[in-house]
Amino acid sequence: MNIYMDNAATTKMSATAINAMLPYFDGVYGNPSSLHSVGQAAAEALADARGRVAACLGCAANEVYFTSGGSEADNQAIVSAAMNGAKKGKKHIISTAFEHHAVLHTLKKLSGEGFDITLLDVHENGVIDPLQVEEAIRADTCLVTVMYANNEIGTVQPVKEIGRICREKAVTFHTDAVQAVGHLPINVNDDNIDMLSLSAHKFRGPKGVGALIVRRGTPLSSLIEGGAQERGRRAGTENVPGIVGMAASLEEELKHRAENAEKTAKLRDRLISGLSEIPHSVLNGDRERRLPGNVSFCFEGIEGESLLLLLDEKGICASSGSACTSGSLDPSHVLLAIGRVHDIAHGSLRLTLSADNTEEEVKYVIEAVKEAVERLRSMSPIWRDLVNGKRQFITK
Amino acid sequence: MALYSETVMEHFRNHRNVGVIENADGVGEVGNAKCGDIMKIYLKIDNDIITDVKFETFGCGSAIASSSMATEMIKGKPVGEALELTNKAVAEALGGLPAHKMHCSVLAEEAIKKALLDYYEKSGKDYDRSLFIDCGCCGE
Repeated sequence: MNIYMDNAATTKMSATAINAMLPYFDGVYGNPSSLHSVGQAAAEALADARGRVAACLGCAANEVYFTSGGSEADNQAIVSAAMNGAKKGKKHIISTAFEHHAVLHTLKKLSGEGFDITLLDVHENGVIDPLQVEEAIRADTCLVTVMYANNEIGTVQPVKEIGRICREKAVTFHTDAVQAVGHLPINVNDDNIDMLSLSAHKFRGPKGVGALIVRRGTPLSSLIEGGAQERGRRAGTENVPGIVGMAASLEEELKHRAENAEKTAKLRDRLISGLSEIPHSVLNGDRERRLPGNVSFCFEGIEGESLLLLLDEKGICASSGSACTSGSLDPSHVLLAIGRVHDIAHGSLRLTLSADNTEEEVKYVIEAVKEAVERLRSMSPIWRDLVNGKRQFITK
Repeated sequence: MALYSETVMEHFRNHRNVGVIENADGVGEVGNAKCGDIMKIYLKIDNDIITDVKFETFGCGSAIASSSMATEMIKGKPVGEALELTNKAVAEALGGLPAHKMHCSVLAEEAIKKALLDYYEKSGKDYDRSLFIDCGCCGE
């Protein structure tokens, strides 16, 4: 039995994407920068893929910059906006406390270079209020970067409203949409987005390829110097098979998006109600404003890594924000940001579904998690203290 | 998962000596919930021989496996021998631990030492204080 519920980590590639890529490994293997016909065939494929990705997101082809993935796109968007702001004496950036590390670590680096960073509180439900952005914007703010949907707790942010505020105040707005693209309806025009990061392997495309969407009028500087690829903004021979695969998978996912989302959300809701039956557990993130496939819980009295090991024994692939899975002493910054104290943040479990999962799998997982939590609690000194009243329960 | 050796996984899956000893002769608890690791060791000691040992652990797979292995290693042993158990010996017996998991074996050593210290203090026997270090996992 193999039940994959770690789709926020990566997804299984679609057959459509794989088949679309294959010709570009041997048949059309040219370098798109080459003048000869083999190279030009690759250049055509690249242009075609660019147009298709653009159409999927409601932007123009020349607003698409291919990258090695979401992290690079985040880095480039933020550094570029920061450098551009600094030229005008604007060195203030607004973001949130629970961004992906690709954003947070880039901001930390900029903070060391004299930028002033405001990280907005994300509240217990993991959703920011657009008013917070409005209030935080200053005369020297050069960038607002807020993720579209959180990778751990799946909460969806009011991107459109934030974008509208940024537009009114003439501040560049970037969103890390790595978890959202392919799963939520996104149109960069309607959503008032200036820059958007995406990663192909989160929507059944290949790993190692992504894109940064940059709207006309928003300056973009390069992070990687070299050749004139991507209109001089991203040097390095393009990953042609990867880019073709990304375009194919994005188109396909969006074609089935609504029905997949409906099916996945139904499974998610079953899973959430099943796991809620476990006493002294808590759902992380807003119940309604969340990605169709995200389930995130904290269980009191146990540690997440041992839970993952027990589930893996039962063929269930899941993830946790415990310190032990991150290799540090602190549990996930996302769980801490929504106010989970260390004691329970260590006992977290993330299950991220896709439309490939079934009701039978969900039933099996609910039982397996209940059993594993019970087993770990039966040997936990913390649990004994909680039950004996020597320690106070944090959750209901 | 290939993160751990077969022995670690075996002790995690089929852990030995989980439980509580009522009226134990020595009890030691180390670590804290904030760090995500708590280990509690219970000892039954007759004539300076550890006749029974139980543990309770809140922690990751290697913390549970380290507790299981360490308790196996001191069961039936004289107190003096148990005092000499090192975290390295526990880690070696487990077929090695990943570098960032070595502290789990340290916790096991410390929990046993703390339980032995408790035994000495409860029984009023003389002991060499220098053998005991301050226990704790992340400096709290």
